Amino acid sequence: MIRISCPYCGLRDHTEFTYGGDATLRRPDSETGSDAAWEDYVYLRDDPKGPHQEYWHHVQGCRAWLVVSRDTVTHAITAVRPAGEEAVR
Amino acid sequence: MSHYSIFSLAKHALSGHRNWSPAWRDPAPKPAYDVIIVGGGGHGLATAYYLAKEHGITNVAVLEKGWLGGGNTGRNTTIVRSNYLLDANAHFYEKSLKLWEELSQDLNYNVMFSQRGVLNLCHSDAQMDAARRRGNAMRLNGIDAELFDREQVRAFVPHLNFDDQRFPIYGGLMQRRGGTARHDAVAWGFARGADSRGVDIIQNCEVTGIRREGDRVVGVETTRGYIGAKKIGLAVAGHTNRLTQMAGLRLPIEAHLLQAFVSEPLKPLINTVITFGAHHFYISQSDKGGLVFGGDLDGYNSFAQRGNLPVVEDVIHAGLAIFPNLSRLRLLRHWGGVMDMTMDGSPIIAKTPVEGLFVNGGWCYGGFKATPGSGWVFAYTLAHDRPHPLNAAFTIERFAQGRVIDEKGAGPVPGAH
Repeated sequence: MIRISCPYCGLRDHTEFTYGGDATLRRPDSETGSDAAWEDYVYLRDDPKGPHQEYWHHVQGCRAWLVVSRDTVTHAITAVRPAGEEAVR
Repeated sequence: MSHYSIFSLAKHALSGHRNWSPAWRDPAPKPAYDVIIVGGGGHGLATAYYLAKEHGITNVAVLEKGWLGGGNTGRNTTIVRSNYLLDANAHFYEKSLKLWEELSQDLNYNVMFSQRGVLNLCHSDAQMDAARRRGNAMRLNGIDAELFDREQVRAFVPHLNFDDQRFPIYGGLMQRRGGTARHDAVAWGFARGADSRGVDIIQNCEVTGIRREGDRVVGVETTRGYIGAKKIGLAVAGHTNRLTQMAGLRLPIEAHLLQAFVSEPLKPLINTVITFGAHHFYISQSDKGGLVFGGDLDGYNSFAQRGNLPVVEDVIHAGLAIFPNLSRLRLLRHWGGVMDMTMDGSPIIAKTPVEGLFVNGGWCYGGFKATPGSGWVFAYTLAHDRPHPLNAAFTIERFAQGRVIDEKGAGPVPGAH
């Protein structure tokens, strides 16, 4: 079990959350984004072995979207912050 | 290479089995090769085997960071099938299944391929319709498929739970030519066959970098020094995106963790492969008697090679829903493997934009059954510098072009079969 320290609810089991994937992706502008930028956003991934910035949705808690810094080898979490504006970009 | 037969077995029995020769050599790496295959699992070894056997290319090295078959080849649930809806997948996996049917004879090595059938259970009218559609697509592609009604399922697997209220069994889609194989033997058989044709299999040799000159690759940096190569084929599923990024190429792949489980050995209980898609669970019984089963991904990017406990609970819940009689069974082992999850659920077997670099990966859940077919088409692609018609659709560019092969119709998510 991974334990995520939600800024609003405290330390909770990861089973309370839904995983939202890579949090470093930025949606291209719908009018001016190039095909390559869209391919990059929709399909391509850095897929790091080590520190990873990722979204988790506290769906069975406060329902906030969070950005979690987690190591993909050890699962150690080094930072959790509210996604806020990042989530809608 | 000494031929294995009843006579060689009898001869060695007389000397107490003390004089068998090793099944493959343990050579030191040469300074350069015509082709380097990175990854000594089933796919890499099969590629080397077919390069030598079908195309006469024998100045080949297979580099493995650990031991042969120690990655996903030794971590899967050993299921072999070709029950796909979409043409590209259907023809490719059917080629693989045909190679499986001859593989023990071809390799002179018993891979214990057992065509005990693969039965996909259906629990609603909608699932029956989907199974009928997929079964018809398979038959149009020349692949065997039978739609079972509830009573046919009961006759075939009588101790399934036919009284469950949540998941009533309506029927199922059966592929009788599907089944299971002995996964370690597949790696060892291909290794022995490749080695005897001159391929160098180099274990404990991790690739740490890919050297480029301009637009083309010239060799690999490894933990055992630099090795030159005219062509490099990656067969490192689980780490494909890591390796291609060494050559400056990002792929539509995320690494996720999938667990598998084996129970204590039992007398014969499950005579086929059962898949329970409504919850996501699949089970068969090994020749040793253990029930081998699995379910969902752990659910987040992971290179950990070990799983989390909530998924263990979920998989066992699913198993008990269809086989309540397993409830007092003890789990013998469970383990995790790192999956290359592509954004459409289908593999990539292709030339890359980097000259001389070829990639075979993105196997999602389905790499084991593809082993011989994957090696066969990848060897062709490496030998001829172009894909075989059977892997022509499995390009990297299909994502940018909108030609995804999305069996599940799920859109760009790294979680499909």
